[in-house]
Amino acid sequence: MILFAGTPFELNRIMMIRLLVTALVLVVFFLWSGTFKKAYKNKQYVPSRFQLMGEISLNFVRKSIAHEQLGEKDGDRFLPLLTTIFFIVLGMNVTGIIPSLNIASTALIGLPLVLAVAAYFTFIYAGVKKHGVGFFKNSLFPAGVPAAFYILVTPIELLSTFILRPITLALRLTMNMIAGHLLLVLCFSATSYFLFNAEGFFKAFGAGTFLFGFVFTLFEMLVAFLQAYVFTLLTTVYIQLALADEH
Amino acid sequence: MISRIIEAAAEGQAHNPLLPAPADLLWSSVVFVILLAFFWVRVLPNFKKNLDSRTEAIEGRLEAAEKAQAEAAAKTANIEAEQAEARAEAAKIREEARAEGAAILAELKEQASSEAARLTATAKAQIEAERQAALISLRAEVGSLAIDLASSVVGASLKNEKVATGVVDQFLADLEADASKTKAGKK
Repeated sequence: MILFAGTPFELNRIMMIRLLVTALVLVVFFLWSGTFKKAYKNKQYVPSRFQLMGEISLNFVRKSIAHEQLGEKDGDRFLPLLTTIFFIVLGMNVTGIIPSLNIASTALIGLPLVLAVAAYFTFIYAGVKKHGVGFFKNSLFPAGVPAAFYILVTPIELLSTFILRPITLALRLTMNMIAGHLLLVLCFSATSYFLFNAEGFFKAFGAGTFLFGFVFTLFEMLVAFLQAYVFTLLTTVYIQLALADEH
Repeated sequence: MISRIIEAAAEGQAHNPLLPAPADLLWSSVVFVILLAFFWVRVLPNFKKNLDSRTEAIEGRLEAAEKAQAEAAAKTANIEAEQAEARAEAAKIREEARAEGAAILAELKEQASSEAARLTATAKAQIEAERQAALISLRAEVGSLAIDLASSVVGASLKNEKVATGVVDQFLADLEADASKTKAGKK
């Protein structure tokens, strides 16, 4: 089913999944946000179980990623972007193992690319805001390198900092999700084929491929979380490097 | 089946997975912008306020507890000071009482000893007076006795009162001198 086929508003299955995840994230965090609001308005300082879950989720990004890398002040400054990235990536990754959705909506390059570009401009903004033009000078001509080596170092820094960073961010996520999706598709298609199309003895292979599929599903759970963590952490590290005084 | 795979592969080649379709980018951006705005404007401010108010409450309670503790400590110190004061006062009172008692005792002793001295002195004076009286009356009696004796012995020659008294006195003085001589000799 494809709505608006052929236009830039084309809604295929993955886009539908994205909208669904967005709606879910909106609903869940809307409820959490409501409990936070209620808590501080009613001066109710002992969190309910549901509220605590929200706090733990948000604090994971806030404390173990943002504050750890950037410190409290800068960590809170960039927290909206980091939180958004983390929960988008996590939510979109998880659809890869949800029956009937069955594909991580980050497995299509568009979303990872948008997030990577956002991260890219954010760390450049952070650097320029703090050091002005000196940010590019610091990044391209690192201090403590003899002048002659800049012929070698500067192109490498240019490539790694300003070209490869967003590309690797986007590709790492997309490829991980594509690979996971392919593995699961392969395992479960094989299971289906062996169970229903194969003759006699070969039906037993179905159990083996199903087991593989099951294990990889669990593995994909881990990957979904891990990739969200890695994407967010790398964004944070890029911002931190941009904010650092010496490179 | 194999032909189907090749077909699918050929279909896949039609679109490079690394190049995003316009719809892909569009919907991704929409999703990203919606969620970014949502987190930025709604979720995180509430979250932060919630944490801040809790931190504040905890700090406030700690402060109140500290204040209460300080108050209790001050009260304890006050009570201790009062106790020390009371103790010092009691000691003072005891000391005063003791001193007063000693003074009274000394006064009583003084009184008793002076009374005793007075009694002794009175007794001595009385004894002395009685001795003197006895001496005088004795002297008079001895004198008259002696004169009577002498006159009866010597006769009427000594009837003259004045002469008789002189003789007796002379006699007694000799007697006393004799006694003091024998005393000195003994010494």
